[in-house]
Amino acid sequence: MKNMWEEKLSPVVKSIPPSGIRKFFDLVSETRGVISLGVGEPDFVTPWHIREAAIYAIEQGYTMYTSNYGLLELREVIRDDIYKNYEVQYDPRAEILVTVGVSEALDLAMRAVICPGDEVLIPEPSYVSYAPTAVLAGGKPVFMQTTMDNNFVLTPEQVEKSITPRTKVLMISYPNNPTGAVMDRETMLGLAEVAKKHDLIIISDEIYDKLNYTGEQTCMAALPGMRERTILLNGFSKAYAMTGWRIAYAAAHADFISAMTKIHQYSILCTPISAQMAAMEALKNGDTAMKKMVREFNRRRHLVLQGFKDMGLPCFEPGGAFYAFPNIEVTGLSSEEFAEQLLQEAQVATVPGSAFGDAGEGYIRVSYASSIEDISEALRRMGKFVRRRGVFPKKVSTSSGTDFVQKEGICNNV
Amino acid sequence: MNEKELLELLETNANLSIAEISAMLNASEDEVKEKIKELESNKTILRYMTLVNWEKCEREQVEALIEVRITPQREVGYDAVAERIYRFPEVRSVKLMSGTYDLAVFVEGKSMQKVAHFVNTKLATIEGVVNTVTHFVLKTYKKDGVIIGDQEEDRRLMISP
Ligand SMILES: Cc1ncc(COP(=O)(O)O)c(C=O)c1O
Repeated sequence: MKNMWEEKLSPVVKSIPPSGIRKFFDLVSETRGVISLGVGEPDFVTPWHIREAAIYAIEQGYTMYTSNYGLLELREVIRDDIYKNYEVQYDPRAEILVTVGVSEALDLAMRAVICPGDEVLIPEPSYVSYAPTAVLAGGKPVFMQTTMDNNFVLTPEQVEKSITPRTKVLMISYPNNPTGAVMDRETMLGLAEVAKKHDLIIISDEIYDKLNYTGEQTCMAALPGMRERTILLNGFSKAYAMTGWRIAYAAAHADFISAMTKIHQYSILCTPISAQMAAMEALKNGDTAMKKMVREFNRRRHLVLQGFKDMGLPCFEPGGAFYAFPNIEVTGLSSEEFAEQLLQEAQVATVPGSAFGDAGEGYIRVSYASSIEDISEALRRMGKFVRRRGVFPKKVSTSSGTDFVQKEGICNNV
Repeated sequence: MNEKELLELLETNANLSIAEISAMLNASEDEVKEKIKELESNKTILRYMTLVNWEKCEREQVEALIEVRITPQREVGYDAVAERIYRFPEVRSVKLMSGTYDLAVFVEGKSMQKVAHFVNTKLATIEGVVNTVTHFVLKTYKKDGVIIGDQEEDRRLMISP
C-alpha cells in the first residue's frame, strides 16, 4: 500500500518539507518522565469567566452560524481594543474579519494577495507557518536571517537588500516566536519606509503583542501611512490562554478584508459561535486575568534567563512572548543533537532552533509557559547536561579568593 | 524590587528558594534576603504555612462557622469581645462583618459535640455576646484560593509550535 497516491498528490504540497516540530513531537511522546519546555501555548487554562460566558452562551442557544465576518458585536469590541491600544481605527463592518486562529488569517492573507511567483520576505528564525502558507498560495518565500548580535530584529537594510521586482509581501511578527525578540519603534518606522518605497504589503502577526515585557509595543498599522498597507493579524490564543478555541482576527483595508472573506466564506463559512462569544468576554472583561498572567510570565522569563547565565549558555534577553532562545554552540552540538540528547539524558523537552529555519541552527527554543517548579527542575537538569559537555559559567577570581559569575561576559544584552 | 510582588510570590508559594525569587524579581539574592528579613521583623510576614488537604488523611476534624452578635462596648467597641474570642485555640479565624451579625468565627474541633460544647460553654457565655448561630461545614471546595482536589491538569501537547 506504500506510496499508492504519491504521484497524484499536488507537487506544491509535496514540496513542503515535513515539520521539524512534528518529528520531535514523536520522539518526546516515546520518552517517559519528561518535563516539557517545548510548548507553544500558555500553561494557564482559559480564565474561568471566559469559559463560563461560553457555557452560558451555549445554554442560551447560541449554536448557529454567524455572519461570515463574525458577530458584529465582536468585531466592534475588537475595533475598540485595537483603538484603545494603538489608536488605529478600523471599520467593524468592512475591515475586520474573525477567523479560526491567526493560522487561518495568515493563510487567507497569503492567498488573497499572492500571485504565482510573487516573493514573500520572511525573517528567520520565525514561526513555522509563514513559509508553507506562502508556498501553498503560490508564492516564493525569501528568507532574511536575523541574528543574536542584532537581537533577532530584522533591519530595514536587510529588507532593502532582499527586494526584487517580484517582492510583494513582507511578513513580520514581533514579539517573535521562537526568539522572543521585540522590535523597537524606530526599526519599525524604518521597515515602514522601505515598504512604502517599494509598495510592499506587510502582513504583521502581532499575536504576542500583549506579552511584551519592555513596556513598548508598536503596532505596524499604527505607523504613519501603514494602516492601508498592513494586514494586521492578532488573536486570543496567547494573551487569553485560548489556544483550543481557535479564534483570532484580521484587520486591514476593506479591499484585503473582502478578498480574504471571499476565501473564508467558502472554506470556513464562519468561526464557531461559542468561540466568538468567549472572545467577546475576553475583550470585555479579561484585562485583569490577562495582566496577571503577563506578570507571571515576566517573572519566569527572568528565572530562565538567570538559569542560562548560571549554566554558561549565552542567551539574549527576549522582550516578549514566552520563549527564550539560548545559543548552544558552546556544547559543540547541533540544535537537533542538543535537543535530542537533552531529551534522552535529562528528560527535558525543548524545540531545536532549526525547526524555525536555518537561522535557528545553534539555538534551542525554551518555552517558559510552565510552572516554576517545572522550570526550576528543568534548568537543574539542563545545567547538569551542559556541564557534562564541559560548559561552565565564566568565572573570575576576586582578591578575596571567592569566585563569582561574571554576568556581562555570559549573557549579551542582559 | 517590588515589595508587593515579593509578598504575592511568597503568599502563593513560600517554598521558593531565595535564588528563584531573586531571579524572578530581577534582584540580587542579598536584596531579597534583606527584604524578607525586614518584612518578617516588622510582622508584615506573620508566618509560613502549608495548605493541607486533610481529606487525604484519616483525621477526625469538624469545622464550623459561628455567627456571633455582640453588644459593642464603650471605648473598645467590638475589639474587646473579639479578643476574648480569638484567644481560644479552638478558634481558627475571626472577622468583623457588616450585615446581620458582627463576628464570623471559624472554629475547629475533633467532633460536633466538642465544637457544640465549646460554643455553649465558652463562646455564648462571654459577656457582650448576644447570640450565636452555628453552621457546621459539610465540605470545603476551595480554600485560600486553592481548589481542593482540583481535577484540572496540564492537558497540552508536549511539543507545539
Ligand atoms: C507567531 C505565531 N503566530 C500564530 C500562531 C497560531 O495562532 P492561532 O492559535 O491563533 O492560530 C502561533 C502559535 O503558536 C504563533 O506562535
